[in-house]
Amino acid sequence: MTIAKPNSYRSGPDERGHFGIFGGRFVAETLMPLILDLEQAYTAAKADPAFQAEMNGYLKNYVGRPSPLYFAERLTEHLGGAKIYLKREELNHTGSHKVNNVLGQIMLARRMGKKRIIAETGAGQHGVATATLCARFGLECVVYMGAVDVERQQPNVIRMEMLGAKVVPVQSGTRTLKDAMNEALRDWVTNVHNTFYCIGTVAGPHPYPTLVRDFQSIIGNETKAQMQEVEGRLPDSLVACIGGGSNAMGLFHPFLDDPTVEIFGVEAAGHGLTQLHAASIAGGRPGVLHGNRTYLLMDADGQIQDAHSISAGLDYPGIGPEHSWLHEIGRVNYLSATDDEALAAFQLLSKLEGIIPALEPAHAIAKVMELAPKRSKDHLMVVNLSGRGDKDVPQVGDILRGNSK
Amino acid sequence: MTTRIDTRFAELKKQGRSAFVTYVMAGDPDLRTSLDIVKALPKAGADVIELGIPFTDPMADGPSIQAAGLRALKGGMTLKKTLELVRAFRKDDDVTPLVLMGYYNPIYIYGVDKFLADAKTAGVDGLIIVDLPPEEDDELCIPALKAGLNFIRLATPTTDDKRLPAVLANTSGFVYYVSIAGITGAAAADANAVGEAVARIKRHTSLPICVGFGIRTPEAARAIAQKADGSVVGTALVDALKNSLDAEGRATAKTVNAVAELTAALAQGVKGAKQAAE
Repeated sequence: MTIAKPNSYRSGPDERGHFGIFGGRFVAETLMPLILDLEQAYTAAKADPAFQAEMNGYLKNYVGRPSPLYFAERLTEHLGGAKIYLKREELNHTGSHKVNNVLGQIMLARRMGKKRIIAETGAGQHGVATATLCARFGLECVVYMGAVDVERQQPNVIRMEMLGAKVVPVQSGTRTLKDAMNEALRDWVTNVHNTFYCIGTVAGPHPYPTLVRDFQSIIGNETKAQMQEVEGRLPDSLVACIGGGSNAMGLFHPFLDDPTVEIFGVEAAGHGLTQLHAASIAGGRPGVLHGNRTYLLMDADGQIQDAHSISAGLDYPGIGPEHSWLHEIGRVNYLSATDDEALAAFQLLSKLEGIIPALEPAHAIAKVMELAPKRSKDHLMVVNLSGRGDKDVPQVGDILRGNSK
Repeated sequence: MTTRIDTRFAELKKQGRSAFVTYVMAGDPDLRTSLDIVKALPKAGADVIELGIPFTDPMADGPSIQAAGLRALKGGMTLKKTLELVRAFRKDDDVTPLVLMGYYNPIYIYGVDKFLADAKTAGVDGLIIVDLPPEEDDELCIPALKAGLNFIRLATPTTDDKRLPAVLANTSGFVYYVSIAGITGAAAADANAVGEAVARIKRHTSLPICVGFGIRTPEAARAIAQKADGSVVGTALVDALKNSLDAEGRATAKTVNAVAELTAALAQGVKGAKQAAE
């Protein structure tokens, strides 16, 4: 089937939350009134200059924005091709891009008079950002985290607890991010009246994919202005890692209608695409889970399959619905990097630039290592360095010392 | 169109009593035992059977029903085999209404048109698909109605008067009122609050209203039966089944009876209730 190209790649979703066939609102009736309220509150907030002004204040003075666009000179020399810039989201307060979205959602929750915040987290970065802003605004915070992830991301669990959040290890299913999301949805169904569900990625029922994208678009908007300032033109390519895909969508979205900009999303190929992995686009097909239709890893009977990635933040069997649409329509190229490739990239960036990346953006760096040498020296490539690697240091240390795999 | 569901509720209305609706998971713990359980339910007093379609990620269900789904999947259950189970049940029983309850993805992957045709042929009367609100009616609800199946919608404590007409618009068979904001098997429903909610919904529809979530005992079922056109019990039956399994989660000689006996006790509770005045 050929799909007609739209006039703009940035106008979606439609009023029912659909990006092509993707997106939508597939949730239990108990949640529908809440989701409609949220949509209304968001529409009102967007039109309110006071909301934007307050957010800009916190983005600047609390989060530490704008994040730098850094020319990675040694990485560029080493790879011998495209000129590589890193968008330094890891320098944000809390250490990743997650804080951009959480700030927006917490401000919305406050407008809606909600006092209790719940969240799900994989690697813990979204949980830490949520716990941080709940502490800042004096809100109760409960974070659901798969029991497996609680084990492999101890530093972030401790941080969340220090910030006053209750971390609930989820023992059901595969005990990773997907199950944490199920538990968060169950909590929300049970506590609808006082609870705001702060979703960490561009997925879930409409309007979440849209509002998370909008809050993260600051990444791409800043990149555009910064590149204009340093190089006097748009970048030629963008690269970002994808689990649910919020850091990628934030970087990509402002550039979707710039046809000269090549865009690459990098999924986690785990042990390889023929084995255990978390690459929903490369290895999945459209289905319905967690409130939206999108590419999912599943068996022939529609049962959701286990995802695997070395990075807890990418270990999810789905992807945001707008990514599914951008894939089908051909605007974004979706690639994948294995655990081993990400580990090699993790070490290379640490040694060449003195920047220890999180394992998530290490997947993006891994593809830069392939793409950059094939591009000319005047090609401008931006990689979203979505988070810093402190949380992964114990895990990677164990692997490099041969203690685990 | 008149389905087995319509016929059954018309009969019950004539008899002046409330319906007893049972929920069990298809294929829990295996296809053979599950078929025997479903066959035993009408004999034990079930007026309507809800049969769960196993799914890996049942986000509106509690731990008991989630575990039942995973047991069924581990035993090799699929949507196709769920329909085979219905077909086998229909060989001996052509009157008891049977409703499939589950989540959309397995149906979407099976193919909506093929699923509806196969479900109708197998003897399914209606569908309750938890994650398809009226906003997504085009997906399955409208095609199901066209195919001659009832589409039973959930109404909940958060469904206010403004929203109720949208929820009821394409609903048929009966309305499933979820008595609590929460997951299956959670806190007990308050009969008085349920009575008020049922009265409120009745102002918007003439369909029968069955109430579920949080009903575990014959007494609770009786209290709800006095307020509504039917009470639904699921988690308690699933727990009875689970408690009869051996250490490896396999069915034992007690399994079918464990479910049938609790069904009989609950049915007694419902049948002893006087129907509340409209």
